[in-house]
Amino acid sequence: MSKTIIDKLWDSHVVVKEDNKPDLLYIDLHLIHEVTSPQAFAGLREKNRKVRRPDLCFATMDHNIPTVDRFNIKDVTSRLQVQTLEKNCEEFGIQLEGLHSDQQGIVHVIGPELGLTLPGKTIVCGDSHTSTHGAFGALAFGIGTSEVEHVLATQTLWQHKPKQMNVRIEGDLGFGVTAKDVILWFIAKYGTNIGTGYIIEFSGSTVAGFTMEERMTLCNMSIEAGAKASVIAPDETTFHYISGKRYAPKQQEFQKKCESWRNLATDPDATFDKTIEINAAEIEPMVTWGTNPSMCLPISGQIPAEDPSSSNEERHSVRNALSYMGFKGNEKIENINVQHVFIGSCTNSRLSDLVEASRVVEGSKVHPGVRAIVVPGSQSVKQEAEKLGLHQIFLDAGFEWRDSGCSMCLGMNDDIVPEGERCASTSNRNFAGRQGKGARTHLVSPIMAAAAALHGKFTDVRSVLPKREEEVERYAGV
Amino acid sequence: MPGFKTHTGKAAVLDRDHVDTDQIIPKQFLKKIDKAGYGEYLFYDWRYLRDGNKNGSFELNQEKTKGATILVTGKNFGCGSSREHAPWALKDYGFQVIIAESFADIFFNNCVKNGILPIRLSRNEIQQLHLSHSDGVIDGLKVDLEEQYVADVNGEIFRFDFDPYWKKMLLNGWDEISVTLQQEADIKKYEDERIVN
Ligand code: SF4
Repeated sequence: MSKTIIDKLWDSHVVVKEDNKPDLLYIDLHLIHEVTSPQAFAGLREKNRKVRRPDLCFATMDHNIPTVDRFNIKDVTSRLQVQTLEKNCEEFGIQLEGLHSDQQGIVHVIGPELGLTLPGKTIVCGDSHTSTHGAFGALAFGIGTSEVEHVLATQTLWQHKPKQMNVRIEGDLGFGVTAKDVILWFIAKYGTNIGTGYIIEFSGSTVAGFTMEERMTLCNMSIEAGAKASVIAPDETTFHYISGKRYAPKQQEFQKKCESWRNLATDPDATFDKTIEINAAEIEPMVTWGTNPSMCLPISGQIPAEDPSSSNEERHSVRNALSYMGFKGNEKIENINVQHVFIGSCTNSRLSDLVEASRVVEGSKVHPGVRAIVVPGSQSVKQEAEKLGLHQIFLDAGFEWRDSGCSMCLGMNDDIVPEGERCASTSNRNFAGRQGKGARTHLVSPIMAAAAALHGKFTDVRSVLPKREEEVERYAGV
Repeated sequence: MPGFKTHTGKAAVLDRDHVDTDQIIPKQFLKKIDKAGYGEYLFYDWRYLRDGNKNGSFELNQEKTKGATILVTGKNFGCGSSREHAPWALKDYGFQVIIAESFADIFFNNCVKNGILPIRLSRNEIQQLHLSHSDGVIDGLKVDLEEQYVADVNGEIFRFDFDPYWKKMLLNGWDEISVTLQQEADIKKYEDERIVN
């Protein structure tokens, strides 16, 4: 029978299948961080249970660590949480890349870069953006703390198989349009509920042409479309990325694995419960204006006003969003001033994101009145970037250059946006209060964030981004 | 965990869609390492004003919703972050049942695992519930998990679907890990066959 990649991933992990029951799925990799795990470990201890497969667990701390003076966690409760993770990992024998490790970083950034995230695996983490790892052809989804405890104790989870959706993206993206714009555009068009109850396979020529980092950005935000998970079939781009990574299989073993990973792709005549086709050429650089990721417009757009002809429910939600965001309605996106710029988070803090943003920034200055920070996704992204001299480009322009962590994505540490101020942010959630109480978040791509930093307001990045050819000429002249 | 069979109580109406877990419990309260005491911080940014005083216009701050054990809300409740602190806070505050048009996946699971019953009713049914009790509270709402219905004091019955497996777990208040550990032989077999292949 023909199978989708989702069927293949699912079926190969079923431990128990019985009528009227969810399937019992085996979990190949369990990523752990400090915020959603302490109660799970406490639960094990209470019942005198062991971690079944500590060798399949991997922990780091990312959510509430400082990005300046990182070893000095001033907040007592944050410090306790970090220490609790250290203690738990030691007691239960789990590998931890902690604050002092040069492999530390946001859990969804380091899984792939260490070669822990591999095609064909089932991957879970007590974090909704676990969907990121689906970019490798893994079945990866976020879980709650009770489920974290369940996986620790049993290495399995009871799961109903979701429905399947194919989102096919075809064609070339326009100049200045990024993977971030694709996923924002998708959510703007189809809503934050479109994926509820589904796993999405992203396919099509656009996705096939994406780098692994672009694929991760796409899958990262599929949760904002409500999807349980998203996957992209592994291909040569995937294998090339994985090859040589620290924990990836080596040499012959790697070749053998690639053979089996090739078979994961959806069979030609397999069917989906739903298919959506997207023409990449329609997509423009996007900016969110409201308090959920579907409230999003092209840079050329105009914020909606309350529409008396729309439903009560819609009017209510537009009114609340306008009021929270400090808009009257009908403002042009390009006229919106920003006071903060955050380049970071598991959506857009990888090396290529920083390279692209630096191309916009190079030789310019951050607008007076804007505070702009770059928070690399991991310590190794930070080191790589420094080798390329990116930190100097950002610092010269007036950006702050920080240590890795979740930082201003959710403001659990000191990196928060003050009440009523606006932030152009490369993160994934613009919920009320997400970056600080009363903070106003606008989600954008890294190059759009960089452009906003230089101009103090949203600016069409296509008018400031150097064209590749010009850049080549410029460097050729040096 | 005690089993969940029926529950009768007062319902508070929170007539909003897309209530995300950042609203249910803001991140500054995720730093604790235990499960207790989150009720104080439930809907914190809505319940309290900047000066720390209670926001009198928020639904749950009104005298009439005091003691509510059922929450009636809109669609996509619990979207966003996977934090289980959200159901811990709802439960600690006193909610045992949440009725919504739809729930985010992870949140739904998190409720079930904490003995909170998440019930999906249609938009129409929820509106009907609102209309018959227009002041934002519904007294004497009865919820029966065994028979899968919600009944109001007027005798109006709303049936709901519920997954048979999770229903059994909730009705009996079983510890899921103990149940799974009984499958040890199967798990071991899966692991062994994996190594061979
Ligand atoms: S960067 Fe933001 S979204 Fe990603 S794991 Fe950290 S807090 Fe969550």
